[in-house]
Amino acid sequence: MDDFLIRALAAGCGIAVLAGPLGSFVVWRRMAYFGDTLSHSALLGVTLGFLLGVNPMIGVMVVCVALALALVGLQRRRTLAADTVLGILSHGSLSLGLVALAFLETLRVDLMAYLFGDILSVTANDLVWIYSGGTVALTGLALLWRRLLAVTVDEDLARVEGMPVDALRLAFMLLIALVIAIAMKIVGILLITSLLIIPAAAARRFTRTPESMAALASVFGVVAVVAGLLASLTWDLPGGPSVVVAAASLFLVGSLIPMRG
Amino acid sequence: MSITHPHAPTTSPAPDPLVWTENLSVRLGGRLVLSGVTMAVNPGEVVTLIGPNGAGKTTLARAVLGLVRPSDGRVTRRPGLRVGYMPQKLTVDATLPLTVRRFLTLWRPTTPERITTALEEAGVTRLADAAVQTLSGGEMQRVLLARALLSDPDLLVLDEPDQAVDVHGQAELFARIEHVRRHRRCGILLVSHDLHTVMARTDRVICLNGHVCCHGRPEDVSRHPEYHALFGRHAAELAVYLHHHDHAHDPERGVVSGQDGGCCHG
Repeated sequence: MDDFLIRALAAGCGIAVLAGPLGSFVVWRRMAYFGDTLSHSALLGVTLGFLLGVNPMIGVMVVCVALALALVGLQRRRTLAADTVLGILSHGSLSLGLVALAFLETLRVDLMAYLFGDILSVTANDLVWIYSGGTVALTGLALLWRRLLAVTVDEDLARVEGMPVDALRLAFMLLIALVIAIAMKIVGILLITSLLIIPAAAARRFTRTPESMAALASVFGVVAVVAGLLASLTWDLPGGPSVVVAAASLFLVGSLIPMRG
Repeated sequence: MSITHPHAPTTSPAPDPLVWTENLSVRLGGRLVLSGVTMAVNPGEVVTLIGPNGAGKTTLARAVLGLVRPSDGRVTRRPGLRVGYMPQKLTVDATLPLTVRRFLTLWRPTTPERITTALEEAGVTRLADAAVQTLSGGEMQRVLLARALLSDPDLLVLDEPDQAVDVHGQAELFARIEHVRRHRRCGILLVSHDLHTVMARTDRVICLNGHVCCHGRPEDVSRHPEYHALFGRHAAELAVYLHHHDHAHDPERGVVSGQDGGCCHG
């Protein structure tokens, strides 16, 4: 096997394993559109990274966190419906990213690679980022697991039990921002949310505990990455979209399997 | 009638109350929902909050729980007070696979034995492995009761536990609550819109309509000659308005309220 293929598989599987449990939370908390909004702002983060001469992933993290905080603030005011606020920030930040990138005349970046991913160009350095970031995110998630579930089920009850609800919500947003930053290279900012929610949604029907759903979502994610990459190589298809199509196919097949009861 | 006037409340928090409010006011979205509420819940006592829709019953309960911030006055909980809260209702998203037993583990570090005990106490042992989304209203309320018991509470706050529960389920639920009260000797703050259901199990009633209209023992209310005329057919929440003289009692329609929402002495 070629090196680039091994790196692509390693990167994709790493992201898929991470996306399983985190994506399950995105589904349970009905935050798919929120994830979309954050990831759309990532392009602005990439531009920021280039401007400041730091790794684009850091720029993405910074912008995602800033946007998440802005969202919390705007939602607290409740003058607009949540989906309207998300829509404004989502498209506003994506367009701002595109405009800002166009201003950097001297910079030649492959816009398509950021929008739709470029999994076959993953470098060893990217792998280090993905695996160290992924380990941090998974560890954080494992530590907060029970309390995040409680907050997801009912915030009032969690609060009465003395849990720091706002801090937990913020921590969850940080985890999402981290995943977006490291997954951008694989499927691109337009498709990151699909990697979070499709395997989780596919896993729901076959599981009876939150943990098994998260684990099965990771397995489905890995299957989608491998199948998508193979399809991409065989028929010379774009990598990121192939992975997403594979995941969506898994979901479709899964929902056709008759269940007992 | 020995219903005390609200402006001469028995504020002396005599037997070391579990929680008390002093001159509590709460503003929600610019609207004054509660004003000048002074009340207390003592150990082993059942206090029922009663009043019409929008009277601020739930808001007062939420203030006691620390879920809403007072805009004026204060809420004081006894240091180290353990509170069990049973919300009006709880819906778990269908995408989250969760059995009753697992649901009960989420809130604090606990042991399988404690969960089994709480399930037994709430009478829902047979539902332990059911998915929470499949429960009926009454079953869910009893699971929520089991959850509230897991914290080994000194104070139970029950927000309209009989809502979305049929008559049979109500009787069963209140029997469970009564059982818990007798065995655990905890204080209970009960929000209700229906005094009739909770009457026999209540030590004190606080009638709320943005402020404390009156408070007293339910027996005082029930001894009133007009009690029977009212309680047979009509919403029991009106019962504690009996001492008012600013509205008429119509045998066909229950209470015909005067101005100001039919509450007493502003």
